[in-house]
Amino acid sequence: MPEIALAARDGHRVPPADADSAARAALSIRGLTVSYGEKPAVFSVDADFPAAAMSAIVGPNGAGKSTMLKAVLGMVPRLSGTVSVFGAPIEGMRRRLAYVPQRASVDWDFPATVRDVVLMGLYPQLGLIGRIGGAHSARAEACLARVGMADFGHRQIGQLSGGQQQRVFLARALAQEAELYLLDEPFAGVDAATERAIIEVLKDLRAAGKSVIAVHHDLATVRSYFDHVFLINVRPVAQGPVATAFTSETLHATYGGRLAATHLDELALAAI
Amino acid sequence: MLDGLGEALLLRAGYNAALVGIGAALLGFAAGAAGTFLFLRKRALVSDALAHATLPGVGVAFILLVAAGGDGRSLTGLMLGAAVSAALGLWVVEWLARRTRLTEDAAIGAVLSAFFGFGVVLLTHIQTLQAGRQAGLESFLLGATAGMLRQDAIVIAAGGALAVLATWLLRRPMTLVAFDPGYAASSGLDVRRIDLAMMALVMAITVIGLKIVGLILIVALLIIPPVTARFWTDRSGAVIWIAGGLGAVAGYLGATISASAPALPTGPIIVLVAAALFALSLIFAPARGVAAALLRHRRFQARVHRRQGLLAIGHGETILEPFTLRLLTAEGLVRPDGVATEAGRAQAARIARDERRWAVAREIHQDAALSGRYDGLTPIDAVFTADEIAEFDRRIGPPVALGGA
Repeated sequence: MPEIALAARDGHRVPPADADSAARAALSIRGLTVSYGEKPAVFSVDADFPAAAMSAIVGPNGAGKSTMLKAVLGMVPRLSGTVSVFGAPIEGMRRRLAYVPQRASVDWDFPATVRDVVLMGLYPQLGLIGRIGGAHSARAEACLARVGMADFGHRQIGQLSGGQQQRVFLARALAQEAELYLLDEPFAGVDAATERAIIEVLKDLRAAGKSVIAVHHDLATVRSYFDHVFLINVRPVAQGPVATAFTSETLHATYGGRLAATHLDELALAAI
Repeated sequence: MLDGLGEALLLRAGYNAALVGIGAALLGFAAGAAGTFLFLRKRALVSDALAHATLPGVGVAFILLVAAGGDGRSLTGLMLGAAVSAALGLWVVEWLARRTRLTEDAAIGAVLSAFFGFGVVLLTHIQTLQAGRQAGLESFLLGATAGMLRQDAIVIAAGGALAVLATWLLRRPMTLVAFDPGYAASSGLDVRRIDLAMMALVMAITVIGLKIVGLILIVALLIIPPVTARFWTDRSGAVIWIAGGLGAVAGYLGATISASAPALPTGPIIVLVAAALFALSLIFAPARGVAAALLRHRRFQARVHRRQGLLAIGHGETILEPFTLRLLTAEGLVRPDGVATEAGRAQAARIARDERRWAVAREIHQDAALSGRYDGLTPIDAVFTADEIAEFDRRIGPPVALGGA
């Protein structure tokens, strides 16, 4: 594992990054800047996320966590920077990654059943005219079972609780049978049972050698859920294994005065 | 006239009229199916701008055709002109929304009226021309099937069939983009290009439909069928087929009715048929219709009143609300004078017992997910298992006789 690095206050780049670590990484970002108008939302990010591990992207509100993920996927334009997946440019690697968007990003009154949404994960393989066969249906059912939603396949998606909607999105990503899973705040506003169900699925993925990267906002669970952390506040602040990169010092550098000192102490204590 | 209508409906009014009917049905199917994606992508108004933007193209194409010494009424030529100016209008809307601070609806309003105004000026000018008098270009506003040439009908039918095929081919990417554009982009789809393809499809249908439906009302044929279909199903695949079917029915009926009464423009009749189907669905659709919603609400209200009435009996209170009283009397739980019957007291005792069980359940299960299910209506055995309920009963102790029982 590379040494963790903490950016100096004057804004030095975090140096994670040599060609070798980029080749081993599940996701590797170099010089990424995203700007809405003339105010950068993400500035000069270099990052490597390890393969077969669970990584968190952590930072305060408005720090560019989701924007960074969207820029990686090409949903918002990159002003500069390159992205590679398993050492190859991301454009050719789409089939090997699956994205789980924020629940609020879609209209849940859309005419689709739970099963329809999971089958959308298979569209890239089906192409324009491929028929949905028994094998595809079985795969969709299996993915629903993995997120504990086997009995909900025929329900209209608007009739689900928030947690159930999040599980459906996860099942759709599972149906893609990808190598790298990118999740945007998968635990935001879900119930405790859903959070447990999701984290179990993600840990299973890691155990199967898949790579997971999640935008995460709950500092209290970073240690117990994740192996690797990337702290960002528009600029990258620190990255590395949770044990060394997720400290009261790096958190203070990320959140500044926005995080109460007591909260930081608690998290630091939890580290021991 | 009625005889004429019957013959037209049965495709017996002659080869040409039958061809026009089939063309209108295919066009209606394409419009309903492709319009589904417009509706799901929430871009309905853009298509209105697009339709109105065709008019100057029709005018310019006519002038050019006449100047080139050709027949100004060539449908293919006029359609080509319409397509070019519609594309220009669409591009202006996009450009205004993207590059300026104008919102899309403002851009649509500006483009729609400007293009349409220019088109009307052109048309008025054409009316004064020597060649323009018999051009009949005003039929492009509201549609007409009277005096349609055979090759025109064939062009419309073939165009409609091609548009149906294109919609079918693009259904998956368009569904994905309409539901979740972010996810679509992440899986490598070019969302902009899919949106562009969708608008191109809508533009093609608009242009094909100009002659029959007319540019003012084509948006209705694109939007009313999917909105109607949505009442009947919760699945986008079914919405596409039902909307297509409804559009085909509207197109066919509209064209044949108008053929038997040539004074009537075709577009308004097609749209009226579609609107009638919409109104029927709005009222009678099983899950999302107004009648079903009303019925659901009445049933729910009755459940609440029944429960409240039985709770009141359990507490030995008098039932004052007439609706509750009527309900319980009809079920034989209360005598007309307001006194509970044997059956009523038994039911009330059961409900009172469930209330006590719920109270215990809330004490034992601090887990809000379970005891939070208490809303006064949910039966306790829908939430807890039999052995759990037995445990509540053990804690409650032996049953207490109700007063007066």
